[in-house]
Amino acid sequence: MSAARHTTSRLRSSTYRLGPPIVVFLAVLGIWYAISLSLDPDRQFLLPTPNEVIDVGFVNQDNLFQVLEGLLWTVAVSMTGLVIAIVLGMTSAIMMSQAKWVETSFYPYAVIIQTVPILAIVPLVGLWLGFGFTSRVVVCVIISIFPIITNTLFGLQSVPASFHDLFTLHSAGRVTRLLKLQFPNALPAIFAGFRISAGLSVIGAIVGEFFFRKGIPGLGRLLDLYRARLLTEQLFTALVFSSLLGILVFWGFGFLGRLVVGKWHETT
Amino acid sequence: MGDRQISNIQPSNRGDTRSGGTSSTLISFENVSKTFPDGTHAVDNVSLTVEPGQFVTVVGPSGCGKSTLLRMGSGLLPVSSGEVRRSEGNLGYVFQDATLLPWRTVQKNVELFCELRGFDRSERRKRAKDAIDLVGLSGFNRHFPAALSGGMKMRVSLARSLTLDPPLFFFDEPFGALDEITREYLNLELLRIFAHAGFGAVFITHNLYEAVFLSTDVLVMSSRPGRILKSFRIPFPYPRELDLRFDPAFAEMTGEVSEVLRDE
Repeated sequence: MSAARHTTSRLRSSTYRLGPPIVVFLAVLGIWYAISLSLDPDRQFLLPTPNEVIDVGFVNQDNLFQVLEGLLWTVAVSMTGLVIAIVLGMTSAIMMSQAKWVETSFYPYAVIIQTVPILAIVPLVGLWLGFGFTSRVVVCVIISIFPIITNTLFGLQSVPASFHDLFTLHSAGRVTRLLKLQFPNALPAIFAGFRISAGLSVIGAIVGEFFFRKGIPGLGRLLDLYRARLLTEQLFTALVFSSLLGILVFWGFGFLGRLVVGKWHETT
Repeated sequence: MGDRQISNIQPSNRGDTRSGGTSSTLISFENVSKTFPDGTHAVDNVSLTVEPGQFVTVVGPSGCGKSTLLRMGSGLLPVSSGEVRRSEGNLGYVFQDATLLPWRTVQKNVELFCELRGFDRSERRKRAKDAIDLVGLSGFNRHFPAALSGGMKMRVSLARSLTLDPPLFFFDEPFGALDEITREYLNLELLRIFAHAGFGAVFITHNLYEAVFLSTDVLVMSSRPGRILKSFRIPFPYPRELDLRFDPAFAEMTGEVSEVLRDE
């Protein structure tokens, strides 16, 4: 009896959770159709109807595969960039946490990397490193390294003073303190940083391709190409997949974070 | 002062907590004062000693430098003048906050000090198990601190220090944040462990009843800068039971202590 009631209430709560977004989705779809159909036929390429988008952009295998191949390439670039950003970012944060002079010397430049508009750096990177894989990865690293540095550094430095006292009382050395106290303490912040950086890295890979035209086209190049040729349906396909990639990466790192620190840390 | 040598030590000089006394005295503070760099005069000319089997409680208004006294005794904080001598052996130190590492289970938290001291795995486990049993938390080994109540966290904190078998324990208002019922219960538990483990203790509290109930000696400290106003020897024999609190002699004792505090 109570079990049945429990199931009903769970059903009801998921209705409350899923209902409103679905209604919004349908409303947007309706408005989309309305606008699309009200356009002049020779201007309808600006906003094709949803079913046209699906036919041309998703059902047509040649078009779909082109986008999927681009997606794969973008994934390769952004994840390579992310891994490098993680390694470099965490290493520099650890060094900053170990010596105040390292922090005061280098942290301002980490901030500057963050504030310089990525679009201004991209052409320069291209000039120096060419317009292929390396440059794209470098752009991803530049755009995604800052949250990793700040979050790791914050986590390492936010150990309560009384915890440090405990380690001092038992004459723990610097390495022990780092490994057994500061690093575990930093894990939740580190994973929050990963999650932000992963999304940024995907953006970096796509933005970079607007400038780097050598090699296999990734999602960014395809977006630019479809825009130039007014292939609006395929533009939508590429858009959908790039958003999906962003969401997947964000969710994936959230999941990873919960897996690692979820047992003792609630907010991940 | 007699023939005791009092040395003045620069505040910046760390590690002036000497190990290795001559007698069995666990710790002695000799004319210890503390002035912080910002000019706050926290502790003024405090002398006290703890012998094995002594449970010395320092009571005083909040902010009177009680915690500062313990920090100096442990070597976490250098003294401004005077001297602290501590005998060989580990120091148990229980803070007001249980300071459990949230990413470690109860078992792993209790093993921490042994780990830092380089004990091997089986020794760590054995000591942790014994300590956890002693504080009555068997069966909670795999829990994370977040899943424990305030009282249980304090027990874990106590167990963690017990693993090193310290001859001397510092308690810095360990039960201050707990409700009265839990506090009373943990007072009893602490006395049981005190009897079992046989350490000397310096206990800090601002609760008079707790002070008189637990201790062999109660020292009353003034408000800042903290001085020892008076010391009391508490005559009640151990083991003590909660009923003691309703004994007229107990009321008289706490009354005397209270009077010193009030006159202050």
